Amino acid sequence: MGGTGYALEARGVVKIFGNHVALDAVDFGLRAGEVHALLGENGAGKSTLIKILTGAYQPDGGEVLVDGQPVSLDTPQQAQALGIGTVYQEVNLLPNRSVAENLFLGHQPTWFGLTDRRKMERDSRAILKRYGLDIDPASELGAHSVAVQQIVAIARAVELSGKVLILDEPTASLDRNEVERLFEIIRDLKAHGLAIVFITHFLEQVFAVSDYVTVLRNGRLIDTRKLDDVTRTDVVRLMLGKDIAFSGATGLADARPTGEVLLDFTNFGRKRSVHPFNLTIHKGEVIGVAGLLGSGRTEMARIMFGADAADEGEVKIAGKPTSISRPTDAIAHGFGFCPEDRKAEGIFGDLSVRENIIIALQGKLGWFSALTRDEQMEIAGKFGEAMDIRAASLDMPVKLLSGGNQQKVILSRWLATDPAFLILDEPTRGIDVGAHAEIVRTINRLRDEGLALVVISSEIDEVVAYSSRIVVMRDRELVAELSGENISPGVIVQAIANHREGTPT
Amino acid sequence: MTMRRALSRMANPQLLALVGVLLINWILFPNFFRITWQDGRLFGSVIDVLNRGAPVAILAIGMVGVIATKGVDLSVGAVMAVAGAVAATLVVAGYPAPVAVVAALLVGLLCGLWNGFLVAVLDIQPIVATLVLMVAGRGIAQLITEGFIVTFNDPLLVFIGTGSLLGLPMATVIAIAMLVLVTLLVRKTAIGLFIEAVGVNRAAATLAGIRSRMLLMLVYGLSGLCAAVAGLIVAGDIRGADANNAGLWLELDAILAVVIGGTSLLGGRFSVPLAVVGALIIQAMNTGILVSGFPPEFNLIVKAALIFLVLIIQSPLATRVVVVKRPVREAGK
Amino acid sequence: MNRSLRPLVATAVIFAIAYALSILQFPGLFSTRVLGNFLTDNAFLGIAAVGMTFVILSGGIDLSVGAVIGFTGVLVAVLISWAGWHPLAAFAMALASAAAFGGLMGLAVHYLQVPAFIVTLAGMFLARGGASVITRDSIPVSHEFYDWISSLIIRLPGGGRLSFIGLLMVAIFVVGALVAHRTKFGSYVYALGGNSVSASLMGVPVARTTVGVYMLSSMLAALAGIVFSLYTSAGYPLAAVGVELDAISAVVIGGTLLTGGYGFVLGTFIGVMLLGLVQTYIIFDGTLSSWWTKIVIGALLFLFIVLQRLIFAASVRGEKAS
Repeated sequence: MGGTGYALEARGVVKIFGNHVALDAVDFGLRAGEVHALLGENGAGKSTLIKILTGAYQPDGGEVLVDGQPVSLDTPQQAQALGIGTVYQEVNLLPNRSVAENLFLGHQPTWFGLTDRRKMERDSRAILKRYGLDIDPASELGAHSVAVQQIVAIARAVELSGKVLILDEPTASLDRNEVERLFEIIRDLKAHGLAIVFITHFLEQVFAVSDYVTVLRNGRLIDTRKLDDVTRTDVVRLMLGKDIAFSGATGLADARPTGEVLLDFTNFGRKRSVHPFNLTIHKGEVIGVAGLLGSGRTEMARIMFGADAADEGEVKIAGKPTSISRPTDAIAHGFGFCPEDRKAEGIFGDLSVRENIIIALQGKLGWFSALTRDEQMEIAGKFGEAMDIRAASLDMPVKLLSGGNQQKVILSRWLATDPAFLILDEPTRGIDVGAHAEIVRTINRLRDEGLALVVISSEIDEVVAYSSRIVVMRDRELVAELSGENISPGVIVQAIANHREGTPT
Repeated sequence: MTMRRALSRMANPQLLALVGVLLINWILFPNFFRITWQDGRLFGSVIDVLNRGAPVAILAIGMVGVIATKGVDLSVGAVMAVAGAVAATLVVAGYPAPVAVVAALLVGLLCGLWNGFLVAVLDIQPIVATLVLMVAGRGIAQLITEGFIVTFNDPLLVFIGTGSLLGLPMATVIAIAMLVLVTLLVRKTAIGLFIEAVGVNRAAATLAGIRSRMLLMLVYGLSGLCAAVAGLIVAGDIRGADANNAGLWLELDAILAVVIGGTSLLGGRFSVPLAVVGALIIQAMNTGILVSGFPPEFNLIVKAALIFLVLIIQSPLATRVVVVKRPVREAGK
Repeated sequence: MNRSLRPLVATAVIFAIAYALSILQFPGLFSTRVLGNFLTDNAFLGIAAVGMTFVILSGGIDLSVGAVIGFTGVLVAVLISWAGWHPLAAFAMALASAAAFGGLMGLAVHYLQVPAFIVTLAGMFLARGGASVITRDSIPVSHEFYDWISSLIIRLPGGGRLSFIGLLMVAIFVVGALVAHRTKFGSYVYALGGNSVSASLMGVPVARTTVGVYMLSSMLAALAGIVFSLYTSAGYPLAAVGVELDAISAVVIGGTLLTGGYGFVLGTFIGVMLLGLVQTYIIFDGTLSSWWTKIVIGALLFLFIVLQRLIFAASVRGEKAS
């Protein structure tokens, strides 16, 4: 043991990508038997720091120490050998292999060079029991739920490393019960003397399990504090550098007269995806959708847009029964949809900003009435300016833009089609503060211009600020519709949490 | 603007490579650029490159759209054989040549649409989906010709393979016409943009209201149609349909032509004219090796070297070097 | 049932039914002679298909297999007939050059990060071109060692003969299955085919495994070339054209997912036997022309591709809902 008492320590770590300083002389120390939360907005440098600590990146300056000794971590395997194990946000195991093989891959017990399956499965059963899992180790990992896969991933990391465990947003796709189960495991591992780094976006989870918190912002270390000494507001202030306030979003929702009915969904649903729901949407209103990940909120958006076809119920547009079974149907009626996963379903990375903006309009016009380059430039320029898209040129590939600017591009894409109804799924997730404010401003502006909007967001304060009405989703079902005074964080949280056994935080 | 774009297009690596290959040919074989006029048509090595390169160029014109959607069509060689077999069998059976030509084209289109169906509707990986017809297609062609090489003397079919128009070989004329038609089809409509959008991100394309299934059917159908045209040319050239050898391995040359033409196998941006330049580079090398007296098999080794060269240029390793440069330029802006 | 087992079971059932129907029509098909010839005639294809199974399991593809078989045949023939080497020395040389060749392809696939099919396409051109540059004619091989190998035969009751090369193929399948299912290397191959990013994060030596897979495939292709040389007693640069397609077909029909990660070496064995059965049936029938082989193989390919699509698509959907 070195003098610092840290099991794992980063000292003055610097990482530079091209011209961009991703980490600027960051210090980070982790002791055995403690849970240390690492917080920061997207782009703050969390994942870069994690990748340096796990050997995926090499620092351009500073050093990493294990038990006080400077080490060079060239590969994840080397980090693993030094006792540092990692569990990533998306479970990075092999769904095509057995649970046992996922636990032991690379370290299988062998007998004259051949793997000893029986021993491997026996050992796996014993390990899984410690984590409260009673599953067949020979079964395919992909056949189990994400939560089980997550626990298997933790078991693997702990078994192989045993000193430091890094959890990179492990709770992102778990429900409340599963999160609680995960926390029990974390507390148990902590009691066994593991040093744990915990990354999450959910503040209440930080306070539920962590001992220390380190906040990064724009690649710099802001502070490391003992959690007993700070309040939630303190942490938020550290993260944002100021008190949160959303410009142009202060309680004007209530008195607004609702316009005429635009859309009427009755018993609209899809088997194994979302239970039939009823929803009437007026012109000039924002319907906020609250609910946890996996509550059916994205599924609801997808069937409204025809990305998945509804198999029951009906929809009336301006009183007329209509069928929406494909996105093209929806777009023809003036719908637009900004999906949650911007990179996978939103942007065309290699295409230019210009093409990304005009593509939906061009799709509406069809194959044979192509917009000329000049027309494209004009349209892209107009919306680029209106949305304040920061791009060096409209002809640069959109993948070179920041997340916030990409989101503005996708929003512009739909505005260019002159829509009547927009569905925005997590429009402000993972983008910088400036772009965040711009998007909230745009939502308010569009509502004032008479558009109907459905906005899904996991940031309750934000939903409350701009929604005329709020629907709450739980277990793939629309469970509550709130309006007027009921639009408050407390009521929403209660509606989401209702009938749940998870401990309230 | 257009001047500058035209100039920068002149300076692209594919055209430079073509010029380079032609120059090497010229050094090895000083008569390479000599063109003579005889019996109302042009003769010479360069004309030969244009003529012999036409089938692969036409395949590449169809293939480039497929590859731009992140796909590949392995069946085009077999489809060439099928189309040739259909046309030859029909004229031998006494049908008028135009009927035979149209039937061959329709069969090619149908084969392409079958591939498109597997890829777009059944969602099968393109390399796997088109493998089916690559394996079965030659069998079907043999079934049509009943295992024989069906020879014919029909003037129209022979003209397609060996005739000339305005002094140029008919195959070249057809290739140029296809190049112009397909380029107009993809660039004067939104189809080219949609193809690139589907190739870059199919999920996003569907959500943006692009009918990606129809588009995939279109590109695979077009590829099948192009293969049928190439099949007719090859059959007309030898005055017969050889189900075993017509178009054998030409799918690989076509893919190579597209890759040389700068379209990534991972889909996205594509250029029809550059794919044709790619086909010409391959043919110029073929011809060069032939006229300079090397054994023709030597060609395969040169092709292998060429693939590695292109792969190294296109690889992320090479791109990284370029990316490092880029921000500097932007910063100076 | 484990879903990756389903295509394998389907293959086995289809083979059993097809063989039973063939026997009903031509009782002569059910004899040790036919079975023995099955093994001998398909030995080189089977050996190459084992290598192809590993490549496809890892999520790649190897188009150079047929060309490597052709090159090996020529190399071995030249070394024995022209240079006077002992066949065993020639074989060792052939295997060593194939290992280097496959290793280079593996390095290119891994470090250039390009689709395997274009790299191995270049490999195919290179091997075919190389063989043709050495010679453009068929070179006969006559050596007492070849005669001795051919004389190694186990006679079976009923007139059947188990040849050395047939048994060699069976042995390669057994070793291949052990390597795939019971060694670390095997588990790394499945890991790569399942998800190469996860595999790398879990500490799988991705570069080493990729190189190993293509090296293995080329070496088995070279072994197939040696077997082909023993089978035909000659080396010809255009031998075994298109064998890669037969090998890929056998692997897919054997129930291995062409996108990698799922499959069994045993399945490939049944796939090879099914292809052999189609050919033998057509020869027995006498009225059917040879091109039906291609059409039937194409149809089987289609059937299995759609089958896998259904099995795997259905379970993915099922998981999402649960």
